[in-house]
Amino acid sequence: MGSGAAAGVANPRLRDRIWPVVVILLVLLVIWFVAAVGLNMPFQRDTYERGNKENVPFSQMVTDTLNQKRPVLPAPHQVITEIYETTVLKKVTSKRSLIFHSGITLSTTLLGFIMGTILGIVLAIGIVHNRALDKSLMPWIIASQTIPILAIAPMVIVVLNSVGIQGLLPKAFISTYLSFFPVAVGMVKGLRSPDTGHTDLMRTYNASPAQTLWKLRLPSAMPYLFTSMKVAIAISMVGAIVAELPTGAVAGLGARLLAGSYYGQTVQIWSALIMASLLAASLVGLVSLANHFVLKRMGMLA
Amino acid sequence: MTENVQQPVLADPETSSVHSIQTSDLSLTFPANDGPVHALSDINLTINKGDFVSFIGPSGCGKTTLLRVIADLEQPTAGHISVNGVTPTQARLARAYGYVFQAAALYPWRTIARNVALPLEIMGLAKKERKERVERNLALVNLTGFEKKFPWQLSGGMQQRASIARALAVEPDLLLMDEPFGALDEIVRDHLNEQLLQLWEKTNKTVVFVTHSIPEAVFLSTRIVVMSPRPGRIIDVIDSTLPKNRTLDIRETQEFLDIAHRVREGLRHGRSYEDV
Repeated sequence: MGSGAAAGVANPRLRDRIWPVVVILLVLLVIWFVAAVGLNMPFQRDTYERGNKENVPFSQMVTDTLNQKRPVLPAPHQVITEIYETTVLKKVTSKRSLIFHSGITLSTTLLGFIMGTILGIVLAIGIVHNRALDKSLMPWIIASQTIPILAIAPMVIVVLNSVGIQGLLPKAFISTYLSFFPVAVGMVKGLRSPDTGHTDLMRTYNASPAQTLWKLRLPSAMPYLFTSMKVAIAISMVGAIVAELPTGAVAGLGARLLAGSYYGQTVQIWSALIMASLLAASLVGLVSLANHFVLKRMGMLA
Repeated sequence: MTENVQQPVLADPETSSVHSIQTSDLSLTFPANDGPVHALSDINLTINKGDFVSFIGPSGCGKTTLLRVIADLEQPTAGHISVNGVTPTQARLARAYGYVFQAAALYPWRTIARNVALPLEIMGLAKKERKERVERNLALVNLTGFEKKFPWQLSGGMQQRASIARALAVEPDLLLMDEPFGALDEIVRDHLNEQLLQLWEKTNKTVVFVTHSIPEAVFLSTRIVVMSPRPGRIIDVIDSTLPKNRTLDIRETQEFLDIAHRVREGLRHGRSYEDV
């Protein structure tokens, strides 16, 4: 089935890059529909029994399983409808608007990501320039990531709240906690990436460590920085969503997930999930774009 | 910046005005798992100002190590060395030499002009002075018009010329070159050898040149230092009788072949042809 349709696409670049994605998407949708029918069927049978309906035709059963109000697994079209209704049809300021909630999560994500990136870079610079920091800091940095974020998030929120820090910042700290790690590790590698010839050259010029950092190590580390930032911004979003759970936050995609699970609103949960993944994908895409633009300007892309 | 080895300063104005580099009983031993490696053993060498000196020998004879000791990139374990009348460290801190590496070592994110400007930025020169020096030195290596290109847009030979311009931009008396044309094909290498000789004549610098090519060493040098491995030592020092003005044709002359023969004899005497 693939070859006939693919031949219709004129642009080979389009065919090579878009087509595989579309095929996977279609396969996933089919699996999703089949799973939705299968998972929602028991409840549908119960409903029929209670309503004393018998000999319901199969096609009717399928249609009903895909249109339940609180399905075990909502069908794709239900999620899409929900997303459409809560984005396009709602005012942005409304508490029921998914754009409103996405905006809250997005601002937490970005603030946490920026702080995490700066923290990661600063730590990496310290580690690369100081043997004591290298030996003492690195084990702690790795250990920090072995603690489940779900365990640490409530404590951070509570502690910060007691000293009067509220709102965006405590949540952003959770994002920072997750996102500084890939940046620190990537930047340590990146700052150490210049080869001996390049560092010897700086030595022959009698360059100061600051000059070597600024003119050699940081430019060399740029590709590493962007690769780590792609990971960092995605987990920054995870951090933001997790941070919205224990705060009892009333706003944000995490809050939407929590509220959805309280009231069994699976359609709402799934639409928040889809929205979160779309948002994360766009953020990673933006970092990739910035990566391309910056490296091109630096002449590092042929 | 480890300045752990501090040799006494040889500040004799008589010698430092004539001698660019002077070593006495210079040795360097690297510790290794299966016993120490004698990279340099009792090197006694004097290089006069304005000389073009080549170190030639097989891999492991210590020619690059000796160059790196002169440049203060390696520390000797015994003996004395002076560069421009002071210790290598002091010479390096005073930016007394330009170093050309085997790989061009241009920074890929800098254009050719900005690569040449790199040492000048570090020295803190004013923008106008930097621009003037970049222009002059790129012209010297025939790279005018390539200022805005990135390194990957240039051929290997042009990249190496840019790295020579970068070394010259510091305006050092001494140019240290570590197999700068080793990675280039022979046709390009011949061409660059000729250009380098012209450059040397024009600028009147002292050049120390590491190579493992006999024709290259004989063609370029006023003095040829033949070295041998295990331990790294000097076998022969040959003062060239060739005239200062040379073209590639000189390689056909009997005089040239005689010197090349003596270099080869030195290498054989140093058992450089064994166990290869």
